[in-house]
Order: sequence, then C-alpha cells, then structure tokens
Amino acid sequence: MFCELNAWEAGKGPRPLDRRLFLKCALASGAALGIGGAARPAAAIPSGAATGSEDDARFVVEAKFYEKLPNRKIKCKLCPRECAVGDKERGYCGVRENRGGTYYSLVHSRVAAAHVDPIEKKPLFHYLPGTNAFSLGTAGCNVNCKFCQNWDISQSRPEEVPAQYAPPQRVAELAKQYDCPTIAYTYSEPVVFAEYVMDAADAGHAAGVRSIVVSNGYMQEEPLKAAYGKMDAVKIDLKSFSESYYSKVVTGQLKPVLDSLVTLRKLGKWTEIVYLVLPTLNDSDQEFRGLAQWIKANLGPDVPLHFTQFHPEYLLKNLPITPVPTLERAKAIADAEGLHYVYIGNVPGHPAQNTYCPKCRKMLVERVGFTASKVLIRKNCCPFCQQPIPGVWHA
Amino acid sequence: MSTERSSRRDFLRASLPGAALLWTGGVAGSLATVEPVAAESGAAAGRSRVVVARDEQLRGAGASPASSIDSNRVLALLDRAMQALFGQEHPLAPVDAWRRLVHPGERVGLKVNTLGGRGISTNVQLVAAICERLQQAGVKPADIVIWDRDTGELERAGFHLAMGGDRVQCFGTDRVGYEEELSAYGSVGSLLSKILTQRCGALINLPVLKDHDGAGVTIALKNMYGVIHNPNKYHPNGCNPYVADVNMLPEIRSRMRLTICDATTAMYEGGPGYKPEHSWNANALLVSTDPVALDSTGWQMIERKRAEKGLKTLTAEKRAPSYIVTAADADHRLGTNDPRKISVVEV
Repeated sequence: MFCELNAWEAGKGPRPLDRRLFLKCALASGAALGIGGAARPAAAIPSGAATGSEDDARFVVEAKFYEKLPNRKIKCKLCPRECAVGDKERGYCGVRENRGGTYYSLVHSRVAAAHVDPIEKKPLFHYLPGTNAFSLGTAGCNVNCKFCQNWDISQSRPEEVPAQYAPPQRVAELAKQYDCPTIAYTYSEPVVFAEYVMDAADAGHAAGVRSIVVSNGYMQEEPLKAAYGKMDAVKIDLKSFSESYYSKVVTGQLKPVLDSLVTLRKLGKWTEIVYLVLPTLNDSDQEFRGLAQWIKANLGPDVPLHFTQFHPEYLLKNLPITPVPTLERAKAIADAEGLHYVYIGNVPGHPAQNTYCPKCRKMLVERVGFTASKVLIRKNCCPFCQQPIPGVWHA
Repeated sequence: MSTERSSRRDFLRASLPGAALLWTGGVAGSLATVEPVAAESGAAAGRSRVVVARDEQLRGAGASPASSIDSNRVLALLDRAMQALFGQEHPLAPVDAWRRLVHPGERVGLKVNTLGGRGISTNVQLVAAICERLQQAGVKPADIVIWDRDTGELERAGFHLAMGGDRVQCFGTDRVGYEEELSAYGSVGSLLSKILTQRCGALINLPVLKDHDGAGVTIALKNMYGVIHNPNKYHPNGCNPYVADVNMLPEIRSRMRLTICDATTAMYEGGPGYKPEHSWNANALLVSTDPVALDSTGWQMIERKRAEKGLKTLTAEKRAPSYIVTAADADHRLGTNDPRKISVVEV
C-alpha cells in the first residue's frame, strides 16, 4: 500500500512527501485508502485552486487556544508568536482566521498530504521499529524555514492546497485498515492543526491506535500539554542551537523550543530530536557541543539525537549538500559529550543509522534505508550484556 | 453622457461584452506609442508627483455620508487627476493621459483591494470609469482584468464575476491559482498569482486608503500582498522589509505602471477590516507613478485625520509604516519618501 517513492524521497529527505507526489499517488490512491471515499481533489479542482466555500465549512472549528480582545481582535495563544489578529485576518500560520472576534482553525480534518510511512522515516528509531505510521498533514506552518522540503503545503494557505476531508474517526479506521499501529501528524507543522491532532489522537486511542507527532516544538506550554500530552511519542526538529539562526533562517525562536523539550521530558513522552545540519549556518563545533551539553543536562543522555543531511530546497538552493564528514564530526562531538544514541540521517548505508549498545557497543538494530532490517533488543535490553535500552521496542 | 453612464452601469450589472464599442469615437486614430511614464510624472526630474484630486460633491449635493458615489463625478474626478499627473506641461484630453500609460493590444490588470467588503473596498464606479478610459485608449475589454485574491471577496465588494468572452474580465486568483515556481527577493519567497504573470502586461494598482493595525497603513505598496500566496508570512515587524521586498519581485515591478488610490472612503483607525466608526468620506483620489511617494502622502492624510480625531500619531503608537522608508532605500529604490522630492498637486 506504499506509494512509490522517487529516488530523492527514498534516499534523502526525512519528510519528503510533497503536494504533487501526494496528489499523484497518495491520497489519489486515496480512493484506495478511502479518504473522502472518492475522487482525488485535483480531479475536480484546478491545480492550486481553492476548495469551494461549501466544503470549507466542514474544516472550520473554533480554535482552542486564544484570547478575545476589544474591537473584535484576538490574541492567539497557540505558539510563542502570540499573533494579534484583527477581524477577517489570519495569523502567521495562515490557517487560523478571526471571524467577527472569534478565532477559527480552517484545517480540522483538511488533509493536504497523507501516506503510509515507515516510522523510521519520521524518524523515530526507538519507537516501534519496523512498523508503519499512517501519516498526515494539513496546510500551514508557524515558522518559515528557508530550507523547508514541504514548503508547498507548509507555506500555503489551506484554500491554495488541494485537500481531502478526513475526520478523526476515519483516520483511525484507515490506520487500522492499513495495519499501522500509529497515526503520525507530520509533513507540515502539527502545531497549527492542534485541534485536529487532539481529536484524531482521541479517536485513534479509542480504536487502539497510538499517535506520534513530528513537530518544531514552537508552541506555548498549555497547548503543548493539551495536544502533545495525548501523543505516545514525539519527534522534535531542533533546527539549531542559536537564537540568531532561529531568527534568520527559521523565523522563530530557540528558547521556546528548548522549553518544550523540557516540558515533554516532564510529561514522560518518548522524545527524539532531529538536527538538520546546514553547511556554514549551524555546523560549528561550538554549536554541536553546546547542543549536546544542553541535551545531556536537561533531557539526559538517552534521548536519541539525529544529525541529518541537508539537501538544497526552497529558499536555500545556494548551499551544498551537507558533507558526510560534517555529520560525522557532529556525531563525534555529541558522543564525546556523553550522549548514548547519536545517529546520522539521510545518508543511506551509513553505519551511524544503526543502534548500538552504549555498554558493549554491539549492534542492536540494523537499518537499511527506512527499514529496520534487524531488531535484536529483547525485553528492552541488549541481548548481549543486558544493558537496558530506552525506547518502546514492542507494541 | 447618457451613453457613458449606461456603459458603466451595464458593466456593473453584468460585465456585458462589447462595452468598448460605446466609446469608439475616442479610440479612432489614437494608436500612438506609449511614452515613458516617468518622463511626465516628475520622476525623471528627480521629483515624484502625487496628484490628490478631490470632489466634495462626489456623492451628490446634500447626499448623506453613506450614499454611493456619483459615477459621472467620479469619472470627472479621475480625468482631472490623470490630466494633472500627465499633462502638467501640455494640457491633455483625458484619453490622451491614458495613452501615455497603455497601448492597444496590451493586457492590463487592475489590482483592486476588496478585503473590506462594501464598506471599504476599491469603488466599483471608479473601476468602471477606469475601464471606460482604458477602452477609449485602445485596450480591448477582454484584455482588461479586474482582480484580487479571492472571487468571493470581489463579489462581496460589488464586482461581478466575468470569465471568458469579449467583456471586461473579473475574477480572483482562487480561480486560476498561483505559479508553481517561487519568485524571491530579499526576505521574500512567494508564488505569484497567475493573473499577474499570465494575464497582465501592465499593472494598475487600485488600493484603498486605510489604517492597518500591524503595518501602520495599507495603501499602494501593501496592496501587492494580494498578489502572493503567503501574505500571512510577511506581517511581523510591521511588514518591514517584506512589503518593500514584495514590490521588488521582478514580475510585479516590471509590470507596475500607475497607482490610483481610492480615497473616496478612507479609514484612520481600526484597519484593515472595515470599521464604519473610524471611516470618513475623503472624497479623493491619489494618483502617482511613484508608489512610495503616494504612500507617504496617504500616510500623512491619515495622520491629519487622526490628529483631528484626537488620536496619537502612528509613530507614537509604535506602528509607523517603516516599510515605506525601506521601499525608498538604496536596496529598493521603488520611489521616494523624501518630502522635498515629492510634489503634491491638489486638484
């Protein structure tokens, strides 16, 4: 039931599903997947055009996290931006709109991309290895990373992206139907469709399907607890360890993301971190060391950290692919700082995509591409030296 | 004049085909080549000219503030403005002013602003008057497209959807979508409306004059946010430098010919959504080929109204439109914001 992946997808990107591919094969086979029950959106709507206003009503729900202000304005309390939004305007994310002083999400159940992915592709390496995740995303994002691989959905407004109606219970049904033990909220930025995440997670749990989220973590504490508190595992894209980078390249802030990681730790959520390494922009020894030290001090040495390879995309086509030696240098620094599970991602065949016991150094999980080809961990321990290996290894 | 009124009314009701035929007398023998716009508008001499044309009787003598504007008077007001802008050295017939701007066979886009609904959007009668003069200047009706981001918003502002046939076209980007390749300048990377890229050889910007809670004011430069797919990304920091960068996108800059700001109704506070309690009938048009000079002039009009109403200046409220300064800087050079280099001509 997998959509055929092109070479770029299979080999390089952690979240590489784009709208065109999605339309071509994912939700289009959506008839096959059953979302919306019928034809692909592109069949009825010109490429890039809006869904009709009648359809729009299905996707509109009142936002959960905002304050009403005088003169029909509102202040969004979902992410640290705290957009003050006037009547008939939208927040920075483009998917939340003030209508007469009430703030609405426009993307509940409005799926712009969906796919059945290996969980290793999120990537989550210590959570149900070898399983598939029913993965979905809507339009919109609360940052604007200049390297975004899915910018054509994340940086678009919902009416600009063909979409399918997929209410929470339908998502849970589809996950079960396709033998996915998890629903993954991913591709764009789940922060901006938090209400949908919460409802789909509830529907999934009621049906015996877990939920995981792939997020930038740029979220206020209350919604983080409310939405990601329903998650069974979390992957956070920590895009840099520098406020300057967050400001210039991400259009966000580092501090709230670090706060989110600490909150997730306190909530006891299984969390993994991805750090996309961009040549010249966030690849200094000092930054790698600071990052590793912070993780060890605040989250502990067992949090998996993935240094992944950048490929030129969106507004950063002028940079080269991250050299593998740079990734290996990052890993060496993090290893030396005492982190136990440091991976190299987007480099197929690299030995650092496998899991090794931090005590006896024997290989415990072998990965080929996005497939966990060998999982030797038994009862959450190394079978060779009985060292506990943190994670959720079996359903 | 009865024929003239009829043509605009017909256009307003149904975007009927063949409206150009109603003014054929003015078109014959008028196929002169287009002269460089800046030459007569003052930019070449190092000064930018902003015409502020007013008509206190725009809504008819004794009319209530809420009444609609008179289509004859708005045409006359438009003519005065265009003559003052393009004919300061040699008096021009109204249509000759337009011939300085466009030429027969050219496809002309009229980018209106319809976010504010009927309360404060680009006025339909004004747009009809512009269409009429464009046709007299030799532009075919079907080569004129009135457009904004969303067809629904156009209709709520009083425009009628018109796609296909030989009539003046009117629809939103939602009907045709955006280009698939990004256009980028400075801090901005956006997809552009296919209406701009595929339907407009020349662009005439028809904004309104409004306060904006984030940007300070929204007039000519910011109206270009309606051309891109991701305007929500460019509101932080008072839209600076984003507004200037959007206007630098080559597909926009190369097409821009003229701004006619509809200040028949304007807003000094509470924008961009329509707030009748903060609106006034300025009964004016601001016209210029320099959008920076026009925005500077419009900003001052809003400040004067704010002072009259006892409100703080936008600077005091920490929302002065700094993007206007950026638009004039050495990296952009979209026009001038230097009052010494702006000639404001009241007519």
